[in-house]
Amino acid sequence: MQAKEVIARRVAQEFQDGYVVNLGIGLPTLVPRYLPAGMFITLQSENGFLGLAPLEGEPLPGVVNAGGQPCGLMPGAAMFDSAMSFALIRGGHVDVTVLGGLQVDEEGNLANWMVPGKMVPGMGGAMDLVTGARKVIVAMEHCTKEGEPRILDRCTLPLTAKGRVAMVITELAVFRITHGEFVLIEHAPGATVEDVRAKTKARFAVSDELKTMNLG
Amino acid sequence: MALDKQVDWSDVGPLFRDGISVMFGGFMGVGTPDGLVSVLREQGTKNLTLIGNDTAAPETGIGPLISDGHVKKVIVSHIGTNPVTGKKMIAGELDVDLVPQGTLAERIRCGGAGLGGVLTPTGVGTVVEEGKAKMVVDGKTFLVELPLRADVAILKAKRADRAGNLVYERAARNFNPIMALAADLVIAEVDEIVDIGEIDPDHVMTPAALVDKIVLARRQ
Repeated sequence: MQAKEVIARRVAQEFQDGYVVNLGIGLPTLVPRYLPAGMFITLQSENGFLGLAPLEGEPLPGVVNAGGQPCGLMPGAAMFDSAMSFALIRGGHVDVTVLGGLQVDEEGNLANWMVPGKMVPGMGGAMDLVTGARKVIVAMEHCTKEGEPRILDRCTLPLTAKGRVAMVITELAVFRITHGEFVLIEHAPGATVEDVRAKTKARFAVSDELKTMNLG
Repeated sequence: MALDKQVDWSDVGPLFRDGISVMFGGFMGVGTPDGLVSVLREQGTKNLTLIGNDTAAPETGIGPLISDGHVKKVIVSHIGTNPVTGKKMIAGELDVDLVPQGTLAERIRCGGAGLGGVLTPTGVGTVVEEGKAKMVVDGKTFLVELPLRADVAILKAKRADRAGNLVYERAARNFNPIMALAADLVIAEVDEIVDIGEIDPDHVMTPAALVDKIVLARRQ
């Protein structure tokens, strides 16, 4: 199983029936594929609606996702303006947001919007989402392409938001951050705590109930 | 009888001057009035300050205005989909002020709603807080974000009546309704113009009182 699929499958287990969810671009958009049968969630799209669905058939005027790509709408979808969209996001009306990350640190800080001197795309809606969603899940590959840890004692890149990350899910490990404590709660099948330590540059506690990720 | 606000395309050009600030509706170009962008471009308007969500792509939305050098400054949440914006920023040809999207929406709303600013938690503990006042309310820290207004707002709507009541289409609504509040001159490019009374009052998304001019979109 590829890393992205492992991560998406594990993230899906965090959703509950009836949740309002905002998914970042890239890997997070894979998550709905792995929802348990019968579970219904509503996807929020920051450009102004609830009820995002996959595109079926021809693109329709004005129906695009937050990446500007044609998409579909669920029956019962609702459209609104950007102020309402971000009132939902900032006001705690989005149950979960799942975003990719460049770096996360042991204080629950996330950096995912710029690399000074290299990539300055702008924060778009990311800062509001990470600040306002009820639960922030970072879904990312454990290390960079060069093999460098992304989970650090302290983010070195400019932050998206401070102390807002509740969970970090990678292909190797699942961490929970509660009351400022960074705790390993699961590792990948076949991996050990030492494997996780070797690829993680943050201090973390190991849960008494440490489990192997269930990817079934 | 209410005023008929429909104007011809030939009346639009003189409404724009060099150096003005322009709010533009749209998200990645969806909900951006392409005809009004073309007017700004064709008449060679210079030194614009553009305020909107993003700079789309080099050939979509307001992208062409940046590509052709009509713009001195942008106040946006995202430039990542338009490499020309980044190049001009690095070359010192374009001033880029990045604002979190929700903060941008609220600053525009404040500018049009008579408010002196808004308190938001977004950006606390990040570079966004630099140089800004903070307030603590019930133990929680907020940034004081100030109102934004513009000389002109250019909007895109699906339908208008002759008085200027507007209805938007799907996700093309985005920033358009709040920008209708926050500019001295509000011009809407619309796909369809109907008689007064044909739009159900419950369906009006932007009231005519906010809209100064409407112009019928040219067929694509």
